[in-house]
Amino acid sequence: MKKLSALALLFAFCACLPGEAFAADGGRPSILGALWKWAPLLLSGFAFNLLISVLAMALGTVLGAVLGLGLVAPSSGLRRTSHAATQFFRNAPWLVLLFFCMYLMPFEFVVGGAVVPFPGWVKAVIGFALPVMANTAEIVRGAVQSIPPAQWEAAESLSFTRRQTLWMVILPQCVKRMLPSWMNLYSLVTMATSLASVVGVSEMLTLTADALAAEGGRTDLMAPFYGFVLFCFFVYCYPIGVWTRRLEARYAVK
Amino acid sequence: MLAEWFRELYRLTGINLTIFTDSFDQALFLRGLGTTVSLSVICLSLSLLIGVLGAWWQASRIPLVRALVKGFVVVFRTTPPLVQIYFFYFGLGAILPRVPNAFGVMQPMVGNTQWAILSLALFAGAFNIEIFRSGIEAVPRSTIEAAESLGFSRSLIFFDVVLPLAFRVCLPALNNNLVNLVKTTTLAYAIAVPETLYAAQQIWTDASNVPEMMTVLLITYVALVGVLVAAVRRIEAKLAIPGGMR
Amino acid sequence: MIKIPSTFPSPPAWTPDHPIVRVSQVYKSFGETQVLKGVSMSVMKGEAVCIVGPSGSGKSTLLRTINALVPIDAGSVVVEGQEVCDPELDKLQLRRKVGMVFQQYNLFPHMTALQNVMIAPIKVLGQDKAEVEARARALLRKVRLEDKADRHPGELSGGQQQRVAIARSLAMTPDIMLFDEVTAALDPETVKEVLVTIRELAEEGMTCLLVTHEMGFAREVADHVYFTDHGVIVEHAPPAQFFGEAKDPRTRAFLSQVL
Repeated sequence: MKKLSALALLFAFCACLPGEAFAADGGRPSILGALWKWAPLLLSGFAFNLLISVLAMALGTVLGAVLGLGLVAPSSGLRRTSHAATQFFRNAPWLVLLFFCMYLMPFEFVVGGAVVPFPGWVKAVIGFALPVMANTAEIVRGAVQSIPPAQWEAAESLSFTRRQTLWMVILPQCVKRMLPSWMNLYSLVTMATSLASVVGVSEMLTLTADALAAEGGRTDLMAPFYGFVLFCFFVYCYPIGVWTRRLEARYAVK
Repeated sequence: MLAEWFRELYRLTGINLTIFTDSFDQALFLRGLGTTVSLSVICLSLSLLIGVLGAWWQASRIPLVRALVKGFVVVFRTTPPLVQIYFFYFGLGAILPRVPNAFGVMQPMVGNTQWAILSLALFAGAFNIEIFRSGIEAVPRSTIEAAESLGFSRSLIFFDVVLPLAFRVCLPALNNNLVNLVKTTTLAYAIAVPETLYAAQQIWTDASNVPEMMTVLLITYVALVGVLVAAVRRIEAKLAIPGGMR
Repeated sequence: MIKIPSTFPSPPAWTPDHPIVRVSQVYKSFGETQVLKGVSMSVMKGEAVCIVGPSGSGKSTLLRTINALVPIDAGSVVVEGQEVCDPELDKLQLRRKVGMVFQQYNLFPHMTALQNVMIAPIKVLGQDKAEVEARARALLRKVRLEDKADRHPGELSGGQQQRVAIARSLAMTPDIMLFDEVTAALDPETVKEVLVTIRELAEEGMTCLLVTHEMGFAREVADHVYFTDHGVIVEHAPPAQFFGEAKDPRTRAFLSQVL
């Protein structure tokens, strides 16, 4: 019920804006007509957003897991370095990190004489992976520290090494606890991929601006088109949010 | 004096920090920084106001009001803030009439900075409503019952008992969200609000010192966030209840 | 079930020779569970009345109907001639006449003991702050906590918190005090200091209604004892008769367990 009412609300928000949504006057396509015409392109752009989000999440998670283990490492030097890196990438705005990767990475690599191109969207993936890495590291640290110390002691008394304890006892228990926060992070990354439009990656928001320009900058199309972008992200992220809350409720550690 | 030192640095190392050596760039950057700070402070205050009012209305006796608040929270939390800004600035801004300004020139009724403030405040406000709601739920029913039995009215209970307790419970989550808000103000760049990122870009386009300005940008934001976190810590310490919240 | 009449006759002016609290045929259900099944009782001004009975027998719910914390399904509750379930009733007026103290103290944790006592008279009754502070300090002295005025609840023991809660209720100058198992959450050592305070109040002539498990206290202090079981009042009598020659087998079974 709640889901439906929220969806209905968004629909109303998008659709009710200008009045003559259905009427085509003087050769100009109607608003819905224009949206229908451009929808395939816009949706392909959205698919690109999703691709970027999945890749950034995968890369960021791998890096973040390593950094997170650094945060709980026995060596204080390693811990401090990891902490500094985590704090830095967590506190830097996503957009600034994106700019950082866009402008400071080369547009191609030369590997053994062969030129490997390094397109903007790959840099965007890296740009998003950096904050994902820092946030994942925090999630890993939180989960590891939430495991009762008695678990460490129990494993130690069975003469496990520290590494064995971590991999065989602690981390398996962490996965469940990390899942809700990690999914929440994924939802954030997906939404953040729209930032790539600012640096010229042709994802959905860029294509929307292009489509609006191709329609001659009609002001009555702006709200419905951007509303459509909002709608696509909402439809994708809302179920993730619901699922996350359900997992949170199920795994609530008291 | 300082400028001399940085000019020397440029000559010796090639590190070109025009914001220290060039008064024009310096003014540009400081104006940008000022815009970021005021944007943050205004959005922060508005978002807190939205959070308190929303949490208050979310407990309303009228189902429609509750549904509207809930819908607002869900929509603003599950869509990208940048698209929200575009939707407001391009979508709604285009529909609103243009009005003459002081010099008689026609201009949009709501400027880009105002749209940025509005959409960022709504975005952060939606999160604040959720944060306050969970804080309010943490206040025991029995404490509210005690207030009722002393004849407190609904608003007195909310503002004098529930809110002060809930606020303390949700400070950590609130801190996170406000840090996010400061970082999110960079999105105003996309609609040409002359904040720090925008100023930095103008500077590096001119002086082609991208790596230097990038570093300055990152340090600036990490410092801004640091100041905010320290401020919240102080508030937290000040609000700490001796003996805890039993 | 008895229907609540939709209109209430205007109450006759209450005089001290009538019961200050009169509960008649009160029914209350929470969902499927019937908690009160036609309960009636009456209390005269200045009386101390104890309600005893096994857990879940509806004692606390009965107490809560008197200051309208729990709305009733049917029946009538009249306090000082005023029908409590009248929808037109000014609950503020009722609640300043009826003070309540809870099992879990329920002090406001973000305020000092003094602030806890002062807030209701200032914010609810709009009284003068200096005058309220003087009275609040006097009340704290009365419950022997004048030296803890600036402490927060978290820094006080359970018994001390409970005495602050009593002072907080008294600050509203109520005519009737309700005590809901006020010693149940306390350490045995601190139970006494709270009971002494309540006893002093009763001896000063405050009308007191207590839900309690302290049978010794009920025997010494109460003017009348009510026994509830499964949502009905099984038996009521003055303490000597109640503890000495209970008639109903359920009462006797209960007393043999707790005494």
